[in-house]
Amino acid sequence: MATLSENSRKFLVELCKKYRNDEHELINVLHEAQDELGYLPVEVQHVIAGELNIPDARVYGVVTFYSFFTMVPKGKFDISICMGTACYVKGSELILDEFKRRLKVKVGGTTEDGIFTLSTLRCVGACSLAPVVSIGSKVFGNVTPLQVKKIIDEYVEKAEELH
Amino acid sequence: MENTIIKFAMGTCGIASGTQDILNLFDKELSRLNYPAQLVKTGCMGHCYAEPTISITLPGREPVYFGNVNEERARDIIDHFLLKGDKTEGIIPPEGDFSKKQFKIALKNCGEIDPENIQEYIDREGYKALMKCVTMKPEKVISEMKASGLRGRGGGGYPTGLKWENTRKSKSDVKYVVCNADEGDPGAFMDRSVLEGDPHSVIEAMIICGYSIGANKGLVYIRAEYPLAISRLKTALHQAREQGFLGENILNSRFSFDIEIRYGAGAFVCGEETALIHSMEGMRGEPTFKPPYPSVKGYMGKPTCVNNVETLANIPAIIRNGSEWFASIGTATSKGTKVFALAGKIKRTGLIEVPMGTTLREIIFEIGGGIKGIKKFKAVQTGGPSGGCLSEKYLDTPIDYEHLLEAGSMMGSGGMIVLDEDDCMVSMAKFYLEFSIDESCGKCAPCRIGNKRLYEMLERITDGKANMSDLQKIKDLSVVIKDTSLCGLGQTSPNPVLSTLNQFHDEYVAHIDEHFCHAHQCKELIHYVIVADKCTGCTVCFRNCPVEAIYGDKGEVHTILDNQCIKCGICFSKCKFNAIIIN
Ligand SMILES: Cc1cc2nc3c(=O)[nH]c(=O)nc-3n(C[C@H](O)[C@H](O)[C@H](O)COP(=O)(O)O)c2cc1C
Ligand code: SF4
Ligand code: SF4
Ligand code: FES
Ligand code: FES
Repeated sequence: MATLSENSRKFLVELCKKYRNDEHELINVLHEAQDELGYLPVEVQHVIAGELNIPDARVYGVVTFYSFFTMVPKGKFDISICMGTACYVKGSELILDEFKRRLKVKVGGTTEDGIFTLSTLRCVGACSLAPVVSIGSKVFGNVTPLQVKKIIDEYVEKAEELH
Repeated sequence: MENTIIKFAMGTCGIASGTQDILNLFDKELSRLNYPAQLVKTGCMGHCYAEPTISITLPGREPVYFGNVNEERARDIIDHFLLKGDKTEGIIPPEGDFSKKQFKIALKNCGEIDPENIQEYIDREGYKALMKCVTMKPEKVISEMKASGLRGRGGGGYPTGLKWENTRKSKSDVKYVVCNADEGDPGAFMDRSVLEGDPHSVIEAMIICGYSIGANKGLVYIRAEYPLAISRLKTALHQAREQGFLGENILNSRFSFDIEIRYGAGAFVCGEETALIHSMEGMRGEPTFKPPYPSVKGYMGKPTCVNNVETLANIPAIIRNGSEWFASIGTATSKGTKVFALAGKIKRTGLIEVPMGTTLREIIFEIGGGIKGIKKFKAVQTGGPSGGCLSEKYLDTPIDYEHLLEAGSMMGSGGMIVLDEDDCMVSMAKFYLEFSIDESCGKCAPCRIGNKRLYEMLERITDGKANMSDLQKIKDLSVVIKDTSLCGLGQTSPNPVLSTLNQFHDEYVAHIDEHFCHAHQCKELIHYVIVADKCTGCTVCFRNCPVEAIYGDKGEVHTILDNQCIKCGICFSKCKFNAIIIN
């Protein structure tokens, strides 16, 4: 098992304490842990389980049940294709296919360069702009398969700037 | 002199459409011009089809709504409407089709008030219902609720007053009020809009519920995917506490109540109330058998009253105006109004609220303005993954719980998706089924495994590999899944399949017998071909094909390589000479 940095461990211990080490607060703890650390590998789960005094399996069971939690690190940019009904009927599947094809990843996968994670979500509430793609807090509306390349290029550039 | 008030619809879709930029522009221009105006950020105004939307209230006048306010239109509005008092482009008429048939109770304040300023809520009779309730006996409040005929808007349609009474009767020192803001239907956003636009109405109703059933604690279970709603709810809770509507000894009634927020984590099944309760307890959100109902044994084993967001948003108005007023709206069995998120192939998508009993036709063709473009109406889907598709034949169905069920769909939580000729009904059924497969908690075999097998059978149809006997198998398996699943998810997951099979039987048959998809949606069944006579060799398709499946020299007839074509349809939409056809 890979070891966790001392800082991360301390953070988790404090976090659990903030929630009175109450096992019923597990989901709140996981939300905050993922916010801070980016993802929830088994090492993190192990510390949380210890602090809340519950079996590791309980924590694992919860992490894997909820799609919001992830055990693998995500790319710099999370590209989410809306697969809600309104977007689906306006052709979001074609958009998704085009992203898959260009990024060479499956849904949930991260590109080799670590820049993009491709995911889907259900309705961001901008159905009037369907089909919708969101990256971080930015929402792209009325996306066409032809625009996909432009969107990717825009963010590759951003990633380079961040470098 | 009173100021002009300018409101900006800043729900999720407004923000995505760039309303903030428009607000900044107004702010800058008006201060440059020294024009006295108050700029207010509100929630969704309902006109999602015409975002960015704003409303302007000149002193002493009725508000005027403007749609599609881009930069140019904004300048036009400032120069002509504000400064000269002239009419400008983009005015949404208040008596127009979109608004005429609507009646707002739950959405009354949405898009009208600043959700982050409790005073605006109070100025519109906010917290008056609570003030009235604390002078009444709890039993009296419950009998008002029962008399109003309000039924749960989360999908089940259980009478709210009765649920409150049941929870009140459960003996316990500790009880809970839970607001279900999990909103799982993919393609629906009513509850989120209410929380983004008018959070205090939900808070006020939760306090009233607590007072009536004898609970001192409320919990809002909300999806973590709704950051804006969460932040507005937090602000509202804080302000309600400051004003003494939450906390100890509320309005000197000796009644104490407070509300906490709990977050979902992306599991649709957690909208089911027993699963929701487990999730709030920090566990996997798996449903459990009812009874015991939450009203007897809920959160932490204590009696718990679970109400949907929209249900709650109706309650302050019912208390203020009386149960008779509410019961006078709607149909015999379904009182009041229903909010719908209207979307799909329709001219005016938006968030609408209509009296129960309004027909599907009125909603789609009057409020929604009919189908976008030149295509024909094909079906309307209500009830999300638990509901069904209704064909033209059912357009005059008045909307209420019973009539929609009878027609083969259901009310659901309020998603309404309009489909046109380009939508394949078998694919629609597949889409919803895939959703249910993704979201099944896995506890029962019929739901976990049965739905997968059902999906594979549908896939054989859309791949052109099925035969007619599969249709009977699909029906049989659907019935088994419905009868043997534990919770509402499994029990309703085959509904989209059964309803489309029932109403669009011919389309299933065409896929199976003729390997033909009317909507040209099933990729395995379509081929793009260039008609030599019509092709001018303009090279547009060649340049736009993302996979280089088209070849041909400039001025020559082009050709599509079927084995390389990914059926994206780009060339089809790009060819100006209609030289590309679908076989
Ligand atoms: C699979 C499933 C998902 C549900 N999702 C929701 C939901 O997202 N929001 C909601 O309010 N009710 C949902 N419900 C209904 C709840 O179980 C419950 O009936 C409702 O919250 C009660 O409130 P109401 O009486 O005010 O409608 C769902 C039910 C099932 C079976
Ligand atoms: S019916 Fe499906 S979602 Fe419901 S409890 Fe059973 S397996 Fe879980
Ligand atoms: S776009 Fe149409 S006309 Fe132009 S080359 Fe392609 S098929 Fe021919
Ligand atoms: S379905 Fe995609 S934004 Fe609503
Ligand atoms: S008007 Fe934008 S969310 Fe509806």
